[in-house]
Amino acid sequence: MRTGLRLRRRNIVCRQAVELVTDYLESALPAAGRRRFERHLAGCPHCTEYLAQMRATIELAGHITPDDLTPQMQDEFIALYRQWQAESGSD
Amino acid sequence: MELLQRLRASDEQAFVILVRRYHDPMLRLACGFVPSRAVAEEVVQDTWMGVLRGISGFEGRSSLRTWLFRILVNRARTAGERERRSVAIGDAGPAVDQSRFDDAGSWAAPPEQWIEDTDDRLRAGKLAGRIRSAIEELPARQREVVTLRDVEGLSSHEVCHVLEITDGNQRVLLHRGRSRVRQVLETEFGRA
Repeated sequence: MRTGLRLRRRNIVCRQAVELVTDYLESALPAAGRRRFERHLAGCPHCTEYLAQMRATIELAGHITPDDLTPQMQDEFIALYRQWQAESGSD
Repeated sequence: MELLQRLRASDEQAFVILVRRYHDPMLRLACGFVPSRAVAEEVVQDTWMGVLRGISGFEGRSSLRTWLFRILVNRARTAGERERRSVAIGDAGPAVDQSRFDDAGSWAAPPEQWIEDTDDRLRAGKLAGRIRSAIEELPARQREVVTLRDVEGLSSHEVCHVLEITDGNQRVLLHRGRSRVRQVLETEFGRA
């Protein structure tokens, strides 16, 4: 109980909050830590913006599309596939 | 599962679809383990051959892409003779440069705005290119985790399985990597 009270009083500062963002997004913070983090956010527009930017960063990364194969590479892979088929068929 | 069934049924086109989708991220991933792009290309080629040979025995306990990445990482490790990596956490700095906080730990130089502009198509095009290069510029271990998690969309569990790292280390690497990428975007596109 005593520990809980002490933890509840201990507020985090921005410098600490930015280091907790990933744990927060990964739901890896213990309940008390999560509450502390959210309480800090509620009073801090800068850290709220920071969290939004981290979310935007993740979202943008998810939109990266892979480079497609060149036609030549595609031909090479088809050749590889046929080679494998010929080999596995002759086993 | 449809693609998997087609692969098992020896559907050449299904193989081409799979290669077109995963060759590029696999190559990027392999580059972090081996000394040169040429070796990485060999590793990926070798991985595809392994995929073809193993597809009939693939039990589907993990997703197809997790299985692919796992084969790739195993081969890339062997090729790079990179020892099983104990993650050095001390090699990366804090998420945000400490000079941006005052003595009390509050923002002295708060984050500059940039996310509101991402809807702007032209700007979004620039953003996409920059985020890609920012990820490529990350230290190898951070890049691997960010690529698998945020670009490829694997779960944390899958990433730990592919890279053989603990959940805690995965999270630290993800944090460092994402923080750096965010900083790059702020520096490039932010306005106070």
